[in-house]
Amino acid sequence: MEDPVHRKRLLAVGALIASASLVLAACGSDDGESDSGSSATPPDFSALEELGENEGEVRVIAWPGYVEDGSTAKGVDWVTPFEEETGCEVSLTTFGTSDESFTKMGSGEYDVISASGDASRRLIYAGLVDPFNLELSEHYDDIYSDLKDKSWNTVDGVSYGVPHGRGANLLMYNTEKVKPAPTSWAPTWEADSPYAGSVTAYDNAIFIADAALYLKATQPDLGIENPYALDEEQLAAAKELLIQQKELVGEYWSDYTKTLESFSNGDTLIGTTWQVITNFAQDGGAPVEAILPAEGSTGWSDTWMVAHDSPNVNCAYAWVNHVSSPGVQAQIAEWFGEAPANELACDLTENPDHCTIFHAGDTAYWEDVYYWETPTEDCADGRDVACTNYADWIAAWNEVRGS
Amino acid sequence: MPAIVPAEARPHRASAFLHRHPGVRLGALLSAPMLWYFVMYLAALALLFLTAFWSQDSFTSQIIRELTFENVEEVLTTPVYRSVTLQTIGVAATVTVLCIVLALPAAFFAAKVARPRARRALIVMFLVPLWASYLVKAYAWRGLLSESGVINWVLEPFGLSGPGFSTVAVILVLTYLWLPYMILPIYVSLDRLPNSLLDASGDLGARAGTTFRSVVLPIILPGIAAGSIFTFSLSMGDYIAVSLVGGDELLLGNVIYNNIAGGGNTPLGAALALVSVIIIMLYLLLVRRTGALKEL
Repeated sequence: MEDPVHRKRLLAVGALIASASLVLAACGSDDGESDSGSSATPPDFSALEELGENEGEVRVIAWPGYVEDGSTAKGVDWVTPFEEETGCEVSLTTFGTSDESFTKMGSGEYDVISASGDASRRLIYAGLVDPFNLELSEHYDDIYSDLKDKSWNTVDGVSYGVPHGRGANLLMYNTEKVKPAPTSWAPTWEADSPYAGSVTAYDNAIFIADAALYLKATQPDLGIENPYALDEEQLAAAKELLIQQKELVGEYWSDYTKTLESFSNGDTLIGTTWQVITNFAQDGGAPVEAILPAEGSTGWSDTWMVAHDSPNVNCAYAWVNHVSSPGVQAQIAEWFGEAPANELACDLTENPDHCTIFHAGDTAYWEDVYYWETPTEDCADGRDVACTNYADWIAAWNEVRGS
Repeated sequence: MPAIVPAEARPHRASAFLHRHPGVRLGALLSAPMLWYFVMYLAALALLFLTAFWSQDSFTSQIIRELTFENVEEVLTTPVYRSVTLQTIGVAATVTVLCIVLALPAAFFAAKVARPRARRALIVMFLVPLWASYLVKAYAWRGLLSESGVINWVLEPFGLSGPGFSTVAVILVLTYLWLPYMILPIYVSLDRLPNSLLDASGDLGARAGTTFRSVVLPIILPGIAAGSIFTFSLSMGDYIAVSLVGGDELLLGNVIYNNIAGGGNTPLGAALALVSVIIIMLYLLLVRRTGALKEL
């Protein structure tokens, strides 16, 4: 049986494995020290001192709906005026989750990003963004003060960007099939939901916070204060609720076009959404409505940040200035369905009540909305216990989705 | 004006040089594929494997390049990864069996029964699905299987409903996607089977079943094996069709995708990818043991 050729081949394979493990060991010992402890403080980068000549292009990575050049819907365009004014050509990449934005940002292919709170802090500590020189911002003075100097845009007094706006994740439902109209998240969580099989949920570990928020309202014994500060027991309860929800879920979504299509076809009847998706669906004639349920909701507070060592840094600053100007802020706020960060935008919205409807300056309202943030061992609610970190959340989410 | 040298008299220096140096000749022939193989193919795989033995900062998601077996351990000890892996193997095996069942009669008809002209038309028909992009086909199926899609519309008068977005839908779509990869190798091996063998078997009194078992099957087994390698490994790695028509189901490919591209835990994703590679290697060994690969 054992012919020489066969033996030779075996030896070759053995040698390959051996050399691979050598490489492995070498890499392990080489880089081990330099990388550990990177999360203690943000890297010591400096912000741009003064603006220079525009480079002619800017590579933007943003949530869908934040950067529109008229190709999605006619007349919805704030890119063309920017390009004409500054000579910076905009190329756009969108993402469906903060994790995706973080991974894509790691490629170094982008100059400026609209980062939600659960990505922005990680971007700062991972050294993927530079501090932002607020003296070069034309509109920072007009930004609502309760958005300034927050943990997701400022570290140790150093600012890393200009606030973009904020909003809440909403509950969308099919008005023909879902009756009576919901006022609570319950039909998306409770096992006896009449919409089993037609519920949708957001396909990302951060959605655990939505489960925690529902538990905060329905199971006060668990003592959940902040849905991003969960100890092990609370995380386990959230996981259990998510596994219960999985029985109801027809489809998870992270690509907004997928959930849009799903609602329009009647495959999905109820579930979490963004206002902009509801707008699209209603434009397409789908019988849907979106509400902020009684339990409150998770949400986002976004920041425009400039990539570390961006080769198009002047165009990036120009973009941030453009996108935080009152006129553009008003356009985005109405198109995406969120509250603008720039106070002056409220006078320019087509619907004069937009800022009232979306509670732009209503500080008390935002206390019930939990902006996405990255869970860490240090509990965000200040409790003196060990909280679960994002790696724990990812592991829990893998278990929910694989259950 | 310089004198024009006739083409035949011009010394072909390059070819003469190559003729004298067989080593260079071989090197020139193989350098491109070898470069591709080692740099693009093996290096990418090796990097992935390496990543499986690193870890990731829980906050910044930066890779920490220190040797650890944490991920492999987690993959092996967490029940959910085991159940997802088993389900993925189940789906891949079901798709493979379905492809064999569908491809055998189709290939037999094309190779042995159809007239030459119809045969060519049939082969083209089998291949047509390969002309369209994978995504187009997967999205087409999403439309078909949707609540308001054609399948439900056709079944509704009979009081039935389609599979919706589910594991059944995934199996259906994957079978559709990979069927050509099964039909072709079986067709080729049937084409090599002389008709006279079938006649001889019949003349000697064998029934159709016996002829199939003792004459046809041994000859086409390598074809089936080759086809099954395609269908099995393609199904093992698929995640797009699953995310489009799988509803709330997910397979190994999705978990890997979520962890690597979706920004979860890259080293864990790499460790899961190792599982997938090992299963496919085991499958190849299994096929090799049947002896089917020798006949390819």
